[in-house]
Amino acid sequence: MKEAAVSSGGLSLARRRLLRLPHFNISKLSASDLFVYGAAIAVALILLCAIAPQWLAPYSPTAMQADQVLLHPNWSHPLGTDYFGRDVLSVVVYGSRDSLIIGFVSVLVGSLTGGLIGALAGYAGGIIDTILMRIVDVLMTIPGVLLALAIAAALGPSLTNVVLAVAAATVPGYARVMRGQIMSMKARPFITASRSIGATGPVIFWRHVLPNSLSPMFVMAAIGIGSSILTGAGLSFLGLGTIKEIPDWGALLSQGRGYLTVAWWICTFPGLAITVFVLSVNILGDRVRDRLDPKRSRG
Amino acid sequence: MGKSVFVRIYTSLLVLVGALIVVFIIMNVLPGDPALMMLDPAESTPEMIATMRHQLGLDRPFYVRFAEYFVNLLHGDFGNSMVNSDPVLPKIIKHFPATLALTAMSSAIAVVIGIVLGVLSALHRNKPIDLLARLIGLFGISMPTFWSGILLILIFSVQLGWLPAMGSTGFKSLIMPSLTLGLVGAGFIVRMVRTSMLDVINESFIVTLRSKGLSERVIMYQHALRNALIPAITMIGMIVGEMLAGTVVIETVFSRQGIGRIIADAIMAKDLPVVQGVVFFSAVVYIIVNLLVDLSYSFIDPRVRRAS
Repeated sequence: MKEAAVSSGGLSLARRRLLRLPHFNISKLSASDLFVYGAAIAVALILLCAIAPQWLAPYSPTAMQADQVLLHPNWSHPLGTDYFGRDVLSVVVYGSRDSLIIGFVSVLVGSLTGGLIGALAGYAGGIIDTILMRIVDVLMTIPGVLLALAIAAALGPSLTNVVLAVAAATVPGYARVMRGQIMSMKARPFITASRSIGATGPVIFWRHVLPNSLSPMFVMAAIGIGSSILTGAGLSFLGLGTIKEIPDWGALLSQGRGYLTVAWWICTFPGLAITVFVLSVNILGDRVRDRLDPKRSRG
Repeated sequence: MGKSVFVRIYTSLLVLVGALIVVFIIMNVLPGDPALMMLDPAESTPEMIATMRHQLGLDRPFYVRFAEYFVNLLHGDFGNSMVNSDPVLPKIIKHFPATLALTAMSSAIAVVIGIVLGVLSALHRNKPIDLLARLIGLFGISMPTFWSGILLILIFSVQLGWLPAMGSTGFKSLIMPSLTLGLVGAGFIVRMVRTSMLDVINESFIVTLRSKGLSERVIMYQHALRNALIPAITMIGMIVGEMLAGTVVIETVFSRQGIGRIIADAIMAKDLPVVQGVVFFSAVVYIIVNLLVDLSYSFIDPRVRRAS
C-alpha cells in the first residue's frame, strides 16, 4: 500500500510540475518563456479552428465563386482565392480539423499500441521479449515514412487509414522506449518489496510498474505529435490522404503546386499553418520534457 | 575488432532479410490486389482476373512466392515489374546515383550545420547565437519538406530565376533539394549536439581539466567535443535512413528521377518486385552507413577501442 501512495504522490508531483508555469511577470520572462507562451496561444487558436471553424472562417470552405478565381491576397480574401474561387483562409481554417485529427489520434493509437507491446515484452521477458523485440528491430530499419506510405497505399485513401498508417510507423519506437522503462522499473527495490509482501504479478504490473514507467512515454508522445502531423501531411501531399470536399493542409498544398507560378499563396499558407502548429507543439513538447526530466531541465 | 565487424555484418544480413519479409507481408496481407489494379474492373470477367493472378503468380501462397523471390535474389535476379514487365535491377541501378547524390549532399549539409551550430550554441548558452541555433533547430524539425522545398522554388526559381525548379542533372539541380532535406537533419543534429555538449560540460572531468590549468579552447574542442559527438554520431546513422526515405517527398517536389519517386509510384501500384528491390538497396545503404558509424566510435572513443 505504501508504495502505491509513493507512486501516486510521484505522479501528482510530476503533474504539478508539468502544469506549473513561470510566474507571470513580463519583465522577468526569458526568451524561451516568451516562445512557450506564444506557442500556447498558437496551439489554442488552431485547436479553436479545428473545433469551431465556422467562428473563424470568413466564408464557406466549399463556396466556389467563378468570378473570384486566383485572386491575390486582399481585404476581402486575406489569403487570396484558389483555382476554384474558394477563399484560401476559409479552406485552411476548415482543413485544420483533419490535419489535427491525424496528428493527435495517431499519436494516441501509436503510443498505446507500442506501449502495450513494449510493456508486455519488458515485463514478460524471455522468449516473448525476444520475439517481439526482433520484430521491432526489423520494423525500425524501415524508415517510418516508407512504412506509413506502404500501409496507407495498401489500405486506400481515407482519414482512418492515414491515422492507422502514421500510427503504425511510430509503434516500434514507443515499444522500444516502454520496454526499456519497464525493465529498469522491474529491478527497483520497491517492486521487490511489494512482491515480498505477497502482491501478485498483475497487481504489481498495473499498480506499480506501469504507472511509474509512463513519464518518458508522455514526453515521447508530446514530441511525437509534431512529427505525426508532418508524416500525415506528407501522405496527403503524395495523394494518399483523404479525398474530401474540404482538403486538409497537405492536400491543399498539393493542389496549389500546379499554380505555383501564378498563385504563390495557395501553397504558402497551408504550409505556414502546418509549420506554425508543429513548431508550437514542439516548443511545448520541449517544455514538457524539461519539466519531467530533471536531467535536462536546463533551458 | 575484425571479429566484431563480422558479427555486425552477420546480424545486418539477418535484419536485411527481415526487412524484405516485412515488406513482403505488408504488401501481401493488406487489402488491394495488383491484378485488379491492372485490369479495368468494368470490363474484366472473374476468369480474366484469375488468369492475370495466375500470370503474376498471385494464386500461390505468399511464403512460396517469398522463397522463390529470395532464391532468385541470391542469383542476382530482382524480378520484373508487375506493371510493365521491365527488369527491376537495371531500373534501380539507373536511378540510384541521383538519389545517392541527394542523400550524401543532404547528409553533409546536415552534419556540418548541425555540429557547428550545436557546439556554438552550447558554448555560448543564452547568447544570441544560441537563440539563433535553437530557432534553426526548431524550424528544421517543424517545417514540412514539401513546403520548404516549394518556398525555395518560389524564391530562387520563380522570382530570381537562379536555380532550376526541377530535374536531376547537374550540380545546380542538386542545391535546393539537398538544402531542403539537409535542413531537417541539421535541425535534429543541432538539438542533439547542444544537449549532449551541455551534459558533458557539466561533468566532473571538465572541472579536473580546468583545475589542471588547460585553456578553455583545448578543454572544449579537444575534450568536451569528442565526448559530445558520440551520441550525435549515432544519430547521424539514423538520419541517413530518414534522408533516404525523405527523398520520396523531395523527388516529387523537385520532379527528380530517383528511386524515391520510383518507390512511391511502385507502392501505389502495389508493384511488389520494384518495392522490394528499392527497399533492398536502401537497406544496404542504411546498413553500410550504420556499420561505418559503429566503426567510427573506436576512432573517437578510446574506451570502445580498448573494449574490442
